[in-house]
Amino acid sequence: MTDRPLVLGIETSCDETGVGIVRGRELLADEVASSMDQHARFGGVVPEVASRAHLEAMVPVLEGAFAKAGVKPDDIDAVAVTAGPGLAGALMVGVAAAKAYAYALGKPLYGVNHLAAHVAVDQLEHGPLPASCVALLVSGGHSSLLLVPDVTGDVSSLGSTIDDAAGEAYDKVARVLGLPFPGGPPVDKAAREGRADAIRFPRAKLHDGTLDFSFAGLKTAVARWVEARKDAGEPVPVADVAASFQEAVADVLTRKAVTACREHGVTDLVIGGGVAANSRLRALAAARCESAGIRLRVPRPGLCTDNGAMVAALGAEIVARGRPPSTLALPADSSLPITEVLVP
Amino acid sequence: MLLLGLDTATPAVTVALHDGGQPLAQLVTVDAHRHAELLAPAVARVIADAGVSRYDLTGIVAGVGPGPYTGLRVGLVTARVLGAALGIPVYGLCTLDAIAADVDAGGGDFLVATDARRRELYWARYDAAGRRTVGPEVARPADIPVAGLPSAGEGPMLYPGLFPGGLGPAFPAAATLCRVAAAALESGDPDKLLLAPEPLYLRRPDAREPGAPKRVSQ
Ligand SMILES: Nc1ncnc2c1ncn2[C@@H]1O[C@H](COP(=O)(O)OP(=O)(O)OP(=O)(O)O)[C@@H](O)[C@H]1O
Ligand SMILES: [Mg+2]
Repeated sequence: MTDRPLVLGIETSCDETGVGIVRGRELLADEVASSMDQHARFGGVVPEVASRAHLEAMVPVLEGAFAKAGVKPDDIDAVAVTAGPGLAGALMVGVAAAKAYAYALGKPLYGVNHLAAHVAVDQLEHGPLPASCVALLVSGGHSSLLLVPDVTGDVSSLGSTIDDAAGEAYDKVARVLGLPFPGGPPVDKAAREGRADAIRFPRAKLHDGTLDFSFAGLKTAVARWVEARKDAGEPVPVADVAASFQEAVADVLTRKAVTACREHGVTDLVIGGGVAANSRLRALAAARCESAGIRLRVPRPGLCTDNGAMVAALGAEIVARGRPPSTLALPADSSLPITEVLVP
Repeated sequence: MLLLGLDTATPAVTVALHDGGQPLAQLVTVDAHRHAELLAPAVARVIADAGVSRYDLTGIVAGVGPGPYTGLRVGLVTARVLGAALGIPVYGLCTLDAIAADVDAGGGDFLVATDARRRELYWARYDAAGRRTVGPEVARPADIPVAGLPSAGEGPMLYPGLFPGGLGPAFPAAATLCRVAAAALESGDPDKLLLAPEPLYLRRPDAREPGAPKRVSQ
């Protein structure tokens, strides 16, 4: 097998139907259909709505990706798909589609881990991952620090959130501030006009000696602060609240990420997941990595949120290493552990 | 003609290969919670058993339900993606109609009812010629106008007290889907009988719009 395999990647773990095509570490196509608009009025992703949308989007998005990449289905070397973690019903649409495609084309199938794919995607932008790195994964469903000696087979968890994920905190704080769902982008935008030191919100677990996070208390502190203002009949300074909240999140995430690198003697940090699109997190991580002598790698925002290219990127790396493919009996596993990068 | 038939709208994962005259191979596995794992291997197995190549297929027919959503979608996305990748048409058939096509009700009206979970059933009524006259609908078992008619599908097995005359079969047969589709294709007017491969969910997703955020301070 070539070291630059042509791989199709399918992603349906949440509300995005993503299909990507890569040749080795080169991105050829990254098509995404999102059902986000259908979830917005419910203030969160409704699993059944997401699953229905995946079924409708699958074939058009697949065809769109091939048209964009300018390759023929027969040319591909393998099909990779997110086998977990994620929403069970949503995952099953992608897994079934990937099996049908792999079988129809007579190509090998690789069921891969969504979180490892969030790390592997950086290779499309910044080249091969270093021999060992720490990854900070922050999204609507996850906030984890991972040690990644080998993204195709050796990934372990250093710490994770004990309650809400960082993206979830963004979404809940947005609601308190009357901003739309998903909350990350509008809070990020509002924060640019505000003062990050206006309100001192708590930084949970900062000095507890672990690499775990907690964001539930922060979210409640923001809600309580906003209620107190409203009870006093005073206007809510949305920009200051957003900036101060965002500062607390970015502060804890980046401090712990740098600590993780130090503790494990690693000099490369990769940040991935939807919250990695956050402007303050990117800026603070850059500053702190710079002074700690750590190389920082953050993919562009479009590759941080869920997409098919990340699955194809991890698949291509797995194929290049000659790992054995999954079988057609591949299950979708909504709570797939990070230690399982490739599902047999 | 070489048709692949499949249905995943009931606990049965059923797959068949059919040449328009007769089934060449079929496979049924009953397991309500493993459709996603079972279907693709069953498709590969049936095609291998029949000694044909997937590139020889001329069409695919899939049961469109009504049925519990997750399993139903596994069948429909499989059929659609196979059809797109192989460049062949994909047809849909109401799953209750496929069961009805195998019912021998002795020349009168009958019902077909399948499990809709949440203590409800999907059901439809058929006349002596096997034409659907009511439904498909989703209802609580006690609200279905059974009127002493014989009935098929898993429904009568789940609620024997409500359905006096339970008939077979309990599940659809993929070979029957193929047989019905083959007849429709030969009639020259397939659109009259066959549907697009769109799911019949019959229910809206459960989701409620949130009210104002709850207070956190006393
Ligand atoms: N600029 C931003 N600042 C902060 N958070 C953001 C920003 N952009 C997006 N987000 C957050 O990222 C999250 C979405 O992340 P992502 O697309 O990785 O998928 P996900 O649905 O969270 O799935 P999973 O957890 O399975 O990866 C949302 O919570 C959203 O609010
Ligand atoms: Mg994600």
